[in-house]
Amino acid sequence: MDRNLNKNDDLIIAGRSFQSRLLIGTGKYNNFEQTRAAIDASESNIVTVAIRRINLGQSSDEPSLLEFLPPSEFTYLPNTAGCFSSDDAIRTLRLARELLDGHNLVKLEVLGDPDTLFPNVVETINAAKILVKDGFDVMVYTSDDPIIAKQLEDIGCCAIMPLASLIGSGMGILNPWNLEIIIDKVNVPVIVDAGVGTASDATIAMELGCDGVLMNTAIALADHPILMASAMKKAIESGREAFLAGRMNKKLYSASPSSPVRGLIK
Amino acid sequence: MKISINGSVKEFKGKKITAEELIAQLNLNGKRFAIEKNGEIISKNYFNGIYFNDGDKIEIIGAVGGG
Repeated sequence: MDRNLNKNDDLIIAGRSFQSRLLIGTGKYNNFEQTRAAIDASESNIVTVAIRRINLGQSSDEPSLLEFLPPSEFTYLPNTAGCFSSDDAIRTLRLARELLDGHNLVKLEVLGDPDTLFPNVVETINAAKILVKDGFDVMVYTSDDPIIAKQLEDIGCCAIMPLASLIGSGMGILNPWNLEIIIDKVNVPVIVDAGVGTASDATIAMELGCDGVLMNTAIALADHPILMASAMKKAIESGREAFLAGRMNKKLYSASPSSPVRGLIK
Repeated sequence: MKISINGSVKEFKGKKITAEELIAQLNLNGKRFAIEKNGEIISKNYFNGIYFNDGDKIEIIGAVGGG
């Protein structure tokens, strides 16, 4: 039976419904105007933000990110980027919850190495346990290890977010087989987080069956970020539709003509 | 008295300062932020009764662009 193209295909995370399967980071843009324009072009619903010390030298009329991206228009996903221990990550997210009036949907990432930004999965698991108990809906950045992914789901994380390649590397989907295993084993949404470099990478992730893709650098550091944001929107939609449509089987060394073989003019 | 705010020590007159006075002095009125005093988050709901003393360590955080 053909799938209905108009059928609702929202992304559901912890009971929240999102039309877009593209999640966008807000770092590395030239200015807030560009950030906003790129996010508008992407039509994303979820934006990640970092939690940092307020700049006390800042003049009081200087605009803030929250003014350009009102939390009433977007779902904020405060993250723990830069945290290297579970304690730091937990502290950061509790402050974020206070900052955002009790908003409890968060992105947990605990890093293990300042050069590769590879996640420390032991610290990540420790933090996830405490945060879930504390009432947070935890979307968790992790390696592409299917065993760890399953453990994070069992702890109660509401989305598993494996890397495609290193954060900010733009190297694309380096281990599609691991991602496929994770997608197969995990029941909560699987969202590729980190490593996407261009539109085809996002499409490949979605064709594999990922529920969404989170990216920042691929858009922010493109020569034309707003155009790339638009490209990523289409890439995600395209990959999603191809996944739902179900691709044909590959046939090695065996061609199959698309035109009838009967009725050839002789 | 000296209070550490976001890692830098600032000098204030008197023996204590209310949270409201501190926020005003730091030009943070109308800004969105969260505060931690000596490792404990201060809820917005209890903000008015809070004051800071010599030696307190305060963190004032906000949301910035990030991935």
